[in-house]
Amino acid sequence: MKRFLLAQSWSITSLKRPVNERSHMNNGTLVRLIDVHKTYRTGEMEVPAVRGVSLEIKRGEFVALMGASGSGKSTLMNILGCLDRPTSGSYFLDNADVSGLDRDQLADIRNRKIGFVFQNFNLLPRTSARENAELPLVYSMQRLSHAQLRQKANRVLASVGLAGREDHPPSQLSGGQQQRVAIARALINEPEMLLADEPTGNLDSRTSVEIMAIFQQLNERGITIIMVTHEQDIAAYAKRNVIMRDGVILQDRAVSLQTEATTQLQQSSALTI
Amino acid sequence: MRSVLTALGIIIGVGAVIAMVGIGNGAKAQVEAQIASLGENVILIFSGSTTSSGIRTGWGGAGTLKIEDADAIRREVPGVVGVSEEVVSTTQVAAGNQNWFTRIFGESADYFDIRQWPLADGAPFTPQDVRSANKVCVIGRTTATQIYGNESPIGQILRIKNVPFTITGVLTPKGLSPQGVDQDDIVVMPYTSAMKRVIGGTTLRNINVQIGDPAQISAAQQQIISLLRQRHNIRPGRDDDFTVRTQQEIAEAATATSRVMTVLLGAIAGVSLLVGGIGIMNIMLVSVTERTREIGVRMAVGARGNDILTQFLIEAVTLSSVGGVIGIICGIGASALLSTYAHWPTLISISSIAIAFLFSAAVGVFFGFYPARKAAALDPIEALRYE
Repeated sequence: MKRFLLAQSWSITSLKRPVNERSHMNNGTLVRLIDVHKTYRTGEMEVPAVRGVSLEIKRGEFVALMGASGSGKSTLMNILGCLDRPTSGSYFLDNADVSGLDRDQLADIRNRKIGFVFQNFNLLPRTSARENAELPLVYSMQRLSHAQLRQKANRVLASVGLAGREDHPPSQLSGGQQQRVAIARALINEPEMLLADEPTGNLDSRTSVEIMAIFQQLNERGITIIMVTHEQDIAAYAKRNVIMRDGVILQDRAVSLQTEATTQLQQSSALTI
Repeated sequence: MRSVLTALGIIIGVGAVIAMVGIGNGAKAQVEAQIASLGENVILIFSGSTTSSGIRTGWGGAGTLKIEDADAIRREVPGVVGVSEEVVSTTQVAAGNQNWFTRIFGESADYFDIRQWPLADGAPFTPQDVRSANKVCVIGRTTATQIYGNESPIGQILRIKNVPFTITGVLTPKGLSPQGVDQDDIVVMPYTSAMKRVIGGTTLRNINVQIGDPAQISAAQQQIISLLRQRHNIRPGRDDDFTVRTQQEIAEAATATSRVMTVLLGAIAGVSLLVGGIGIMNIMLVSVTERTREIGVRMAVGARGNDILTQFLIEAVTLSSVGGVIGIICGIGASALLSTYAHWPTLISISSIAIAFLFSAAVGVFFGFYPARKAAALDPIEALRYE
């Protein structure tokens, strides 16, 4: 009972949280979790991973979901990404309840509304950057011609700075470039939100800043980003930090001093010159 | 490389099916051609077996068929276009300083039409020759070469049991019979001459009847049976003293053997196709495991279970179909080699190619389905986390 109250109180704080100035331009609630629980069953044992999370994310937000391993942030991420369904509670995505949908319906939601960026990039090997980026369109409801696919993929690859590298397979790209291909793949279907799971976990610090610069630019353009990370300095590029522990939200706060990745890059290149 | 090895199972399987069925069909076609060489729409009436003092004589032994029986068939059975009374013997024949042991066939002038056996050279004997029991004969290619070598035997005298016969023609070569007898080792003469001057006796071994319309064959068969029963005074309930066989029945008996062979060869080849299919299943299961992460990514970006299922099924079917096409080419090649070097007759039909191809595709679907379903049932989270 006490735990329940605790969860409730956090949800209230998250609702009360002052709206960030930038998210005004595309207002409205995109994600609303209401008392979400997720329990894994291993044999006789029931392992609770998420124990009553209520959370609201508006369009245009850039949220970093933080927490130590085992805090339930990955499970919450899977639920937000419609890869998993909550054991109880409701999940409204774009004002539609998605907590009761079946596998195929969830696949459709993922295809249309969510773009994924993973820690280990998860690109298809021996497949060109363009074909990797095209992948979500292959499973899209709208049937595009080969030329349209190509054109769209080229455009989105150019937008992440990979013009001229469309035909390279992942093995010929650096880690940062591979992650850009993954971002291009996530963006190609013009999703409502971008879900990034430790997007800089496999990258060196400079490349991490470059990726964060791309995220911030995308966010400027109004794309909602939810990013799981355990690094404090990466979380500082976001506008809002949600910290989890033991399956509940411990803290939910706006970032007072957002790190500007672009300025940082300019400064560092100025220094090297 | 691994796909090639997997497809090899299907290649060998399909190739074996094509080659084996080709050999079986070739053998069957050969037998059918030989049966057809008996003549078309032919009914054979054999003199039956009789029992005398408990000893049964076997077919042709009883001498129950008379020349008058043949005349009656000629007169009374509708649809008959040719009748040949037949007596058969084997004897020594001689010309000049050469001699040869051969078969003597006494026939009517219709014989060459009934057996569809034209002459290569010269002319057949005539109905007049038959009526007058003239000492004329027609010989087969083997007999001609054995006695006259490269010389033309037309107009030559052939002594058969010291009776001089004039050779009027040489038959076209017919090759071996289904029983392996050289059909060209033969002397054909009017049955009257054979009965009077060579063999003796008054009964026929068999009567060959040709029917004009194939649809009338079974009716004619029944009419011949009842006609002969009546002529031979056989009371109802007693066995016939003759046997009536249609060419169809003989053909069926002969092709049954080769059909069994075809089925057997096909079954063996089918087993190798099955083994190939299991190979495909194996490789697909390995592939699903290896590509678990890829499946996870595809699911994350919106692939439904059915999309994944279709993808893996298409891969399995592609693998087996490509193997099937190569197998068909290999099978045709193997059949060609066999008929060139082993002189086995092979016959590859379009239908056997089509069936082999469809079957290989079906093997892909059947053995690819389980791995594909396994892939489609993966949990996207587990699949993404898979190392």
